[in-house]
Amino acid sequence: MIELIRNPNINFLGKRNIAFLVSGIFAIIGIIAIVRIATGHANLGIDFAGGTAIQLKFEKSIALHDVRLALESGGLKDFDLQELTTENKILIRVKKTEQELGLVSENITNSISQKIPNNPYVVDSTTVVGPKVGGRLRADAAKAVAMAIIGILIYVAFRFQFKFGVGATIATFHDVLAVLGIFYLMGKEINLILITALLTIAGYSLTDTVVVFDRIRENLKLKQKDSVESVMNTSINEVLSRTIITSTTVLLTSIALFFFGGEVLHDFSLAMIMGVIIGTYSSIFVASPVVLLWGGKRLFAKK
Amino acid sequence: MKKKILWRLILIGVTLILAVVFFLPNTPLFPYMPEWWKKNMPDKGIVLGLDLQGGLHLVFEVEGNKAVEITTERIASRLRELFAKKNLTAEVIANGLTITISPSSPDIRKAVEENYPILLPVETGTSLVCKISDKEAQRIKDTTADQALETIRNRIDQFGVAEPTIHRQGENEIVIQLPGVKDPKRAIDLIGKTAQLEFKLVNDDTNVAAELPQSIAPGEEEELLKQFAGRIPEDTEILFEKRVNKETGAVRKIPLLLKKQAALTGDLLSDAKVNIDSRFSEPYVSLSFNAAGAKLFEEVTGANVKKRLAISLDNTIYSAPVIQEKIAGGNAQITGSFSMEEAKDLSIVLRAGALPAPMKMLQNVTVGPSLGRDSIEAGKIAGIIGTIAVVIFMIFYYRFSGLIADFALLFNIVLLLGAMASLNSTLTLPGIAGIILAIGMAVDSNVLMFERMRDELRAGKTPRAAVDSGYDKAFWTIFDSHVTTLITAAVLFQFGTGPIKGFAVTLSLGVMINLFTALIGTKSIFDIINSRRELKKLSI
Repeated sequence: MIELIRNPNINFLGKRNIAFLVSGIFAIIGIIAIVRIATGHANLGIDFAGGTAIQLKFEKSIALHDVRLALESGGLKDFDLQELTTENKILIRVKKTEQELGLVSENITNSISQKIPNNPYVVDSTTVVGPKVGGRLRADAAKAVAMAIIGILIYVAFRFQFKFGVGATIATFHDVLAVLGIFYLMGKEINLILITALLTIAGYSLTDTVVVFDRIRENLKLKQKDSVESVMNTSINEVLSRTIITSTTVLLTSIALFFFGGEVLHDFSLAMIMGVIIGTYSSIFVASPVVLLWGGKRLFAKK
Repeated sequence: MKKKILWRLILIGVTLILAVVFFLPNTPLFPYMPEWWKKNMPDKGIVLGLDLQGGLHLVFEVEGNKAVEITTERIASRLRELFAKKNLTAEVIANGLTITISPSSPDIRKAVEENYPILLPVETGTSLVCKISDKEAQRIKDTTADQALETIRNRIDQFGVAEPTIHRQGENEIVIQLPGVKDPKRAIDLIGKTAQLEFKLVNDDTNVAAELPQSIAPGEEEELLKQFAGRIPEDTEILFEKRVNKETGAVRKIPLLLKKQAALTGDLLSDAKVNIDSRFSEPYVSLSFNAAGAKLFEEVTGANVKKRLAISLDNTIYSAPVIQEKIAGGNAQITGSFSMEEAKDLSIVLRAGALPAPMKMLQNVTVGPSLGRDSIEAGKIAGIIGTIAVVIFMIFYYRFSGLIADFALLFNIVLLLGAMASLNSTLTLPGIAGIILAIGMAVDSNVLMFERMRDELRAGKTPRAAVDSGYDKAFWTIFDSHVTTLITAAVLFQFGTGPIKGFAVTLSLGVMINLFTALIGTKSIFDIINSRRELKKLSI
């Protein structure tokens, strides 16, 4: 039998003050990110901000500088260039313009064909999003995150006790905030696919938390003589190896996606990797301490 | 006990066979299957989303207000006729969504009320200002969107796209999905063109017309219009003809002063075809009018011999030939420096008819076929590597039991693909990510059970008892943890657009199938092993 730690007995709840401090910082960064996103100061993706994104695949290697010159000669301002990990691919993003939608992409391809005639390219993808659709997608995304959190709260409160529901929701929301905050600090694009990743992380982190709570509930019935804190500690220790093993397998697949899944899923898998690590941390260090803080000793009262 | 295992094995066997049958169309084996199989067995399998097979996803907004404006204008001109007939003197001006009639009198108000009950007075004083009632305006917008949808469907049918999806969304939006389109720009032009064909007489006689420059460079149109604003007669307008010099490729715009009122419009056409000019071997579009159109065309040409008649599409002039004689028979042609493709597309939009109102593009997601192929390849590689990593890890950590979990994992993957194929669900790029993540999460149920079994073994139970109570104790934990993932998947499905819906589908199917494979699959294998002889030791 291979075991990570034989009969672990770590006082996780004793470290709750440090955990609250660390998590508080994560949460604050996340909240700042949300405020910045809402006021339009973050690096929003085309799908949220509106604009045009074109991905070109050149036959030969290409210097970003040449592309920049070509676009400037076509009268384009305010654009972002990005070289993709795959060879000879370039992503051009133009946010809000006065030009009519659809004309921007034509302008881009025309300028490049004219100025860089000796390096043929194909258009891999074009995304044009009008401000109306962008606003709607933003609202939808916010609604989705809110709905997911309410759904989680209701289910956990129904299956456990309301206090556990609050603990699980706070831990889950904390993970979403943390990953969003880190992405914001890294200057990564906030787009629909990141929101998808965040909701997946929420689901995953919740699974982790529920497994811990499940054991706490079971042990609360068995060990009525111990203090709540010690029951919680025992429970977390008991499921510790499961928590780590499952996180490892999800991490393994997320890492495979990160390295081999192609450029579109690159940021998605990065968010998943962070989310799995933070979610594991929060199910151990955040969820139970919150329940303890809120519920105190009355947890034994009910089933 | 043995009977129970048998039933479970049969269940596993049947689901496995079903999964393979459903997924077969997605494998390279399908073409080699016998004819009766292809005819009677599922042949669709998993459908690739637009982001994987390449294609266009477009959202247009039908500018319903423009349609209301057009109706308002039409009513205004009918009011003028009405007042003239009734010997009422009043000036009728249509201005966007309102009509101003001045001066206003009881007779005029009564005439308007009686003949146009859909007009609501907004302001009554020295002049009467009215507009179309909100309810009627709403009805106009609604029919406009329906008509636009129908027109677009016609155009796309004639353009020839396999399996297009075209539907209305919300009040005034039209969503169009065209998989596998090779020339997206051409398709967008074809769909988005209003295609309002008008024949307008050129007003060459006035002094202002003589002052117009021969030609201007593109981009100077606005300036020219500003310069002449207020100086041209009220019933005229300036439009431009685009001319391309064939040798140099230089573009010039030729301004023409036209009568605002169209002599003929495109709705009188019965057909439009592409022909090739035999002298210059240049394509042109020949038009046939319907009976009413032919009669009107004959009248107009007869009354305006030696004058020029401009043919304009969406306010751009294609040509403005001089009428040599009265033209009977109802045929006309549009020439211009067309390429074969341009001429073909022009004939399509003319045949399918004009859009009832202009459309504005709200969203365009175009994916080239090569990107989709690259994405699928990358997804396959990531999936295989991820699976191998998990398989090895499980064997390393749980030994023989890990191997059993790995079997359950492979079973899980086959069932997931089979389930997706049986629903003909759409696989998108995020969907691929969903499958790969599901692989990582799939072993969780087994991990939960194995850890419980280890607890029981440590407590001194026999392997068989450990397996049974390990399963029992882990059951509700597994159930709860799966439901929570389903909640977020449901939310994603609810709010997500195409690609993200695909992710939600794979994730939730993965979770549900996982519950099945963990509770039925792995347990059965343990039971079979245990039923032969009581194990002394469990490799876990």
